[in-house]
Amino acid sequence: MTTTPVPTPTTTRGQRRAGSRARRDRGQRPGWVVYGLLAAVVLGGMFPLWWSYLIASHDSTVLSRTPFPLLPGGNFLQNAATVFDTVEFWRATVNSIIVSTTVSASVVFFSTLAGYAFAKLRFRGSGPLLVFVIATMAVPTQLGVVPLYQVMAELGWTGELTAVIVPGLVTAFGVFWMTQYLRQAVPTELIEAARVDGASMFGTFWHVGVPASRPAAAMLGLFTFVATWTNFFWPFIVLGPANPTLPVALQQLQAAHFVDYSLVLAGAVLATVPLLILFVVAGRQLVSGIMQGAVKQ
Amino acid sequence: MSVTTPTSAPAPAPEQVTGRRGGGAPREGRLGRLDQAASPYVYIAPFFVLFFVVGLFPLVYTGWVALHDWDQIMGQGAFVGAQNFVDVLTGQDFWTALVNTLSIFVLSSVPQVLAALAIAGLLDHKLRAATFWRMGVLLPYVVAPVAVALIFSNLFADRFGLINTLLEGVGMEPVRWHSDRLASHVAIASMVNFRWTGYNALILLAAMQAIPRDLYEAAAIDGASGLRRFVSITIPMLRPTMIFVIITSTIGGLQIFDEPKMYDQFGRGGSDGQWQTLTLYLYELGWTRADFGRASAVAVLLFALIVAVGLVNFAISRRIASEESR
Repeated sequence: MTTTPVPTPTTTRGQRRAGSRARRDRGQRPGWVVYGLLAAVVLGGMFPLWWSYLIASHDSTVLSRTPFPLLPGGNFLQNAATVFDTVEFWRATVNSIIVSTTVSASVVFFSTLAGYAFAKLRFRGSGPLLVFVIATMAVPTQLGVVPLYQVMAELGWTGELTAVIVPGLVTAFGVFWMTQYLRQAVPTELIEAARVDGASMFGTFWHVGVPASRPAAAMLGLFTFVATWTNFFWPFIVLGPANPTLPVALQQLQAAHFVDYSLVLAGAVLATVPLLILFVVAGRQLVSGIMQGAVKQ
Repeated sequence: MSVTTPTSAPAPAPEQVTGRRGGGAPREGRLGRLDQAASPYVYIAPFFVLFFVVGLFPLVYTGWVALHDWDQIMGQGAFVGAQNFVDVLTGQDFWTALVNTLSIFVLSSVPQVLAALAIAGLLDHKLRAATFWRMGVLLPYVVAPVAVALIFSNLFADRFGLINTLLEGVGMEPVRWHSDRLASHVAIASMVNFRWTGYNALILLAAMQAIPRDLYEAAAIDGASGLRRFVSITIPMLRPTMIFVIITSTIGGLQIFDEPKMYDQFGRGGSDGQWQTLTLYLYELGWTRADFGRASAVAVLLFALIVAVGLVNFAISRRIASEESR
């Protein structure tokens, strides 16, 4: 697959150094066309958010006004206050924080535990069981919503956050992700040493496996947090209007105020801000997580 | 696209630790041995227990519910055999929803993969502030689909929507985004594209960076232009990742719910079902009409559809792979 590299007169020093392939190097720096196109993509991605803030900061008559104001108005806080009055938005924010935090903490813990077992412990059936875990990733469990709803109704959990939290406690993707990572991250000698020193199995996991899993655990936690925060279908079905998560509250806000775009988009902005903050803080990890996951699939 | 990266362990150290015979058991006694034997199973148990209770059981039980008269409130009724399936399949709504789902799926996946490929190509340059550009491209991914849908249904509003204002500005007729069937599909597909293009671009970028650099150098010496190298080297080398991206977007795309649900305030897929998808139809049957039996029948049919499309994907990818090895 590899062809012999042929030195050419145009080879720069930078290119030759790139032979190490630690970080690939495409020769010269790209011109302004590449930056211009990328800037257009990024601005295009930001525009809808900016637009919704623009509308959310005026009153609802803004859309029919000519000329359309291109700067934010001063109505955002007032609209936000109405949003908080109309639906249980404050409660929804707290609920979203509870659900997303619990689910990501739990997914990280149980996935690390299972991933450690699959990666580093020998037990009968581990091969087929791991294949089974991977196979379940292809099964769209969403399609079992009717019986799942019945189960939750039977348990008396409909309308309760537990109905949203429990099905998300551990995921096949998480187990697979941690297994892949821990295979290389934990030196087998270290586990042996801990065992010889008399540590219990769990003690070994806790003192050797957990510290080694940190980078992968951080990424898994981020992904799970974003996915849980933005999830709508199941929370919408199982939670009532009294106890919504943010996406469910947005749906209620829209149903109540559809014509008042300023209010509805104020809600959309409010629901997005927490994740934007998280993105600014941890976006770098999220990016490298996506890129790592892709190579390992 | 290998699953493991080669480790550079100097000695062939034993990969796995427990269950070794002899060599001094770390913890003496029965308790220690039990700990050693049972621990792995205890560690993996949470996943399996949870998967059986909230994943597999509901999925299988759906088939059982689909064979009964089953009201959301009243519960299980008479066994009706295939009647729910007959009802669903002979009704117009199912077919409308099926066509809508496939149409939105195609409109969202094809442009999305092409755009993601182009963006990944841009990101694959030696950029200044590479992380900044990658983050910028990923930004829409953290916006909830529900919020995206609210924003886009405003942009695509029939009156005073930004898109129609712009169209009128250049002298075109405004499009009836909320009553024309195809137009509504385009609007909904654009929401999906907005959120997922950057994400897929990063996945493709990762695969691009794994392509051996030598290939490009050789092609450059032969006088291939940048675009030519992209088409003749990058895209063929990306095939496995492309297939991965296509399969995951298939599973997600066929279950699309959030975007069409939020496209107007009624959430029923349009006055005439113009953008009602299969999952939206499933929800309507189960929770608006309280008919769990038929809702389950739709779920079973949707599952069959996903499996069928998955098998087609698989067949195509195998064909491509075998052609390549020739």
